[in-house]
Amino acid sequence: MTAPQIEIQLIASIVAVACALSGVFLVLRKMAMMSDAISHSILLGIVLAFFITRDIASPLLIIAAALTGVMTVSLVELLNRSKLVKEDASIGLVFPLLFSAGVILISRYAGNVHLDIDSVLLGELAFAPFNRFSVFGHDIGPKSMIIMSAILILNIVFLAVFYKEIKLSTFDPGLAAALGFSPALLHYGLMSMVSITAVGAFDAVGSILVVAFMIAPPATAYLLTDRLSIMMLISAFIGILCAISGYWVAYSIDASIAGSMATMAGFIFFLAFLLAPDRGIIAIARRRVRQRWEFAQVMLAVHLHQHQDLPPGSYENHVDHCYKHLNWSLPFAERVISMAKEDHLLTVKDGYLALTDTGRDTARQALTQS
Amino acid sequence: MDIFTDYTLRTVALGTSVLGILSGALGTFAVLRRQSLLGDAISHAALPGIAIAYILTRSKSTIILILGAAIAGWVATLFIIAIVRNTRIKEDAALGTVLSVFFGFGLVLLTFIQRQPDASQAGLDKFLFGQAATLLQRDVVSMAILAIIVLIILTLFWKEFKLLSFDPSFGKSMGFPIHRLEILLTALIVIAIVLGLQTVGVVLMSAMIVAPAAAARQWTDKLSIMVILSGLFGAFAGVGGALMSSNVTKVPTGPAIVLVISAVVIASLLFASKRGLLWSYMRERRNRKQIQLDAVLSDLYILAVQHDSIEHGHQIQVLRSMSTGHGGVDGSLSVLESRGLARQLDDGKWALTSRGFDLAREMTDQRGGV
Repeated sequence: MTAPQIEIQLIASIVAVACALSGVFLVLRKMAMMSDAISHSILLGIVLAFFITRDIASPLLIIAAALTGVMTVSLVELLNRSKLVKEDASIGLVFPLLFSAGVILISRYAGNVHLDIDSVLLGELAFAPFNRFSVFGHDIGPKSMIIMSAILILNIVFLAVFYKEIKLSTFDPGLAAALGFSPALLHYGLMSMVSITAVGAFDAVGSILVVAFMIAPPATAYLLTDRLSIMMLISAFIGILCAISGYWVAYSIDASIAGSMATMAGFIFFLAFLLAPDRGIIAIARRRVRQRWEFAQVMLAVHLHQHQDLPPGSYENHVDHCYKHLNWSLPFAERVISMAKEDHLLTVKDGYLALTDTGRDTARQALTQS
Repeated sequence: MDIFTDYTLRTVALGTSVLGILSGALGTFAVLRRQSLLGDAISHAALPGIAIAYILTRSKSTIILILGAAIAGWVATLFIIAIVRNTRIKEDAALGTVLSVFFGFGLVLLTFIQRQPDASQAGLDKFLFGQAATLLQRDVVSMAILAIIVLIILTLFWKEFKLLSFDPSFGKSMGFPIHRLEILLTALIVIAIVLGLQTVGVVLMSAMIVAPAAAARQWTDKLSIMVILSGLFGAFAGVGGALMSSNVTKVPTGPAIVLVISAVVIASLLFASKRGLLWSYMRERRNRKQIQLDAVLSDLYILAVQHDSIEHGHQIQVLRSMSTGHGGVDGSLSVLESRGLARQLDDGKWALTSRGFDLAREMTDQRGGV
């Protein structure tokens, strides 16, 4: 690996971790699409700040962009509160307008500057290592790496300081408000953090893939755990995994780096969607099948329990009757019976079924449970 | 006007207005069913479909690319539905994940195609940002034919779609195949979106779905009127945007259309009859004034009843202290005076006229006494 390659992967990993950490709360607070809105509308802030400073490298750009992000959130909320449009529609109204304004300003007035829409939307990670940052003539690394590291540290500090408060207001906003935490303050704190992270990441990976990094890893982690702290760790880990594997996929087929990373994020999500223990669709399907058989066994036990006082050898307890009575097919019934026999719920003698003590308990339990 | 003489402009304006009518009419249903952001997801997700259609056929014919886009948009919708149905991930995160991952994958394919040695891919990336200027007359004709087919289907299934939008469970109980109708309606929305892609581009297409419908919603409570209005707003934005981008240099059509439709939305939010913010502000102000007026009148009445005659004057300070909580005493008194309900005595004190006394008594009796 060459030095630029290592640096690209490092930058991407830092972006991924910073995005995943704030993304966890967007997913949990059902505000994932806000990241889409913010990552688009910050373009307007960048352009406006550029017109003021005339310097593409000015830190004012980041501040102005982050402010536009927060402004987007408050505009969406303003529209919501007017009750004239629903929440989903207000997001869909605000960010295209701000984004369009940004695009028009760029194409009209900034034609010859390094600020074209392609790189804004899609990012160009491959060039990131060539934009160096130096202090007193010493090269200390690519600029976007320094900026993103600072943003990542900001994220970690914010979350560490307000962890308890954010956790509470995410899962139980009512209780948080009753205990005196200001939900609005936390909300805007979080949104400012999302905006700042989006601005930093936007430069490296482009606005749409900010959404991929913010939403896909936390959504994947959400399928894997019930604990907030573990969800954050898994999201960060998945983010790094997407960044590094995505880079090598892009390298091997010579395609868009950011796009490959998003594709890997989707691939990992899809794996979790299929295979996650408990919550994956395979686990769900297996659970449904198992429950079907278990339920059938209990049904059979209840049926036999109802007729247990009949003399042994009664037709009611014969295999040939049971399956008709329960409206099952014969093969199904035979399978249920053999499973029940394995579980020691009943015994079979000449086709006559008799409950064991365990079977009787099962039936009684089923009858009294409801 | 050059719209009648300039061939290119006429073609573009016709194309964008067809697009506006279609996305406006179908957007109504998306907005009413709270699926505004689905348009955003579908338009982003269409990108890999365009790339795959090109890779498979090596053809840049609009119909084939649009077909690819429609299939990809459709698959993305199915993914979103599957994620929401089978996991605890909410719709916002499902949308965000699918949108960004599909878009990222599309980018990978697009860059992959671009870097092929035999590439004649030029023109594929116009789907990213849209290039209305490249619309040809035959594109407009095929768009119009498709639009007419979609609108005919919409009319045929009018009753069903109406039911689907307002009370799907009632529809189900009436025996309508709600699930299949949902699929049909979503398919129509997908067609409307992919038709617009090459004109306004992936990023801004969502605005064409949400904004006309959100504006139309402010003016009416009737679905039929809303669909027609929304289509008209869409067409207006299409023509307006096309004119704007042809008259102002370096303004791309897509963002121009979004600016126009956003202006329509803002105007509707402010001025729409009944719901508009301006009217409701004025109504509120009028009501507040009326309440203040009634309060001062009734205060004067109370004082008059407590004293021997209505000739007895009362100081304005007394009225002010009685009106704690609603205020506006001075203004209300002068209005009362101009209506001949109250009068100012020579010593500056205030009293009711006999007409004012009668009116106040009537009001008080209606309320059931002082």
